[in-house]
Amino acid sequence: MTGTFKNIPMALKETLNARRLLCPLPVIRTQDKVKLLKPGDQLEVICTDPGVMHDIPAWCRINGHKVLETHSCDHEYIIVLEVGE
Amino acid sequence: MSKQRKAVALISGGLDSMLAAKIIMEQGIHVEGINFFTGFCVEGHTHAIREKSNAKPTRNNALWVAEQLGIKLHIVDVIEEYKKVLINPKHGYGQHMNPCLDCKIFMVNKAKQWIVENDFDFIITGEVIGQRPMSQTKSKMPIVSKQSGADDLLLRPMCAKNLPATLPEIEGWVDREKLYDITGRSRKPQIEMAKEFGIDDYSQPAGGCCFLTDKYYSAKLVDLWKAQGTKDYELDDIMLLKVGRHIRPRPHFKLIIAREEGEGRFLQGYKKEFTSMHCSSHPGPLALIDGVVSAEDLYLAAQIVGRYGQGREAEQVDITVTDQEGSERVLQVKPLRTDEISNDWHV
Repeated sequence: MTGTFKNIPMALKETLNARRLLCPLPVIRTQDKVKLLKPGDQLEVICTDPGVMHDIPAWCRINGHKVLETHSCDHEYIIVLEVGE
Repeated sequence: MSKQRKAVALISGGLDSMLAAKIIMEQGIHVEGINFFTGFCVEGHTHAIREKSNAKPTRNNALWVAEQLGIKLHIVDVIEEYKKVLINPKHGYGQHMNPCLDCKIFMVNKAKQWIVENDFDFIITGEVIGQRPMSQTKSKMPIVSKQSGADDLLLRPMCAKNLPATLPEIEGWVDREKLYDITGRSRKPQIEMAKEFGIDDYSQPAGGCCFLTDKYYSAKLVDLWKAQGTKDYELDDIMLLKVGRHIRPRPHFKLIIAREEGEGRFLQGYKKEFTSMHCSSHPGPLALIDGVVSAEDLYLAAQIVGRYGQGREAEQVDITVTDQEGSERVLQVKPLRTDEISNDWHV
């Protein structure tokens, strides 16, 4: 959802479906999506390759983004990140 | 104050590119990494799919190297553009379907485009003269520089002293004396250098980092092109070549049979694109049928799939066939014996 409240931009929370993609494609799709977001926005990435539990946090660390949450459920791996500066 | 010079390093995830970046960083150059994903990169794919490897998921070595070096890494999807390199390589293939020289030219060319777009000054690779027979020889290195369009903006810190000086050296952005003169296939100089830099953990993939250097993968790719009647592919095609047992009993169709649970789960994701089958009377693997099949073909496919389930010795098994729309039918077949599955059918 997007919008403003008293001229303060609201942070976006978007979801990226990276199911069936094998690493590094989930990382590439995350990287491409993050380019369209602004600092403070959140992105939830849903994957089926367990390798993302290493790769997306590593990509976040080297590029200055923050991983807020990781969990897995029924062979799906979900990572929520916050876009850095 | 002199301008802060910036270089982009081609990072494969192996030791050589890691060292090349490190050498230049030590000279005060701002370095960022770039990694190109062609669709054929080995990086953990089969490990990600196969169940038995799940206990120890592999890391992406390019990301890991970037993190160790403390640099940014830009991973670039070149799947579509890479097709023309693989389908029609100007310099031909290596031992298998690996177009190594064209691939290197392509990647350096992409890096050249990237430095122009991102206001960087030059390109670094971890190439070493004589390290690889097809793309890393003294005679091939100028070809890569010239045909990629990078020319003297391409610096190979590991063997620079054995090559003509490049612009970063001529302009004094880097000190040529602090570059290296490594040649040959031995890994000793790199291992020594890693020690000097305090690098004690690195990847040294024995079979390279590309599926196209793999004999069995290359055979499956050639089979795909032969069956299609054209040298072309989509990402799903080349992903599926990494998964399962491929059996082509007739020229116009093949079976992709999961070898274990992880592969079965991966193939489940393709049930809307392919007719699939599995044994419903006994435990057995999921199989996809790639090609257009007649009723007779379907019966043969079911007999083959029966062979790879626990009902292989039964007089009769039930094979459930599911089409792309999800409609199911059951075929009752006698599984083929091992000796009835021709060796020639295995791709």
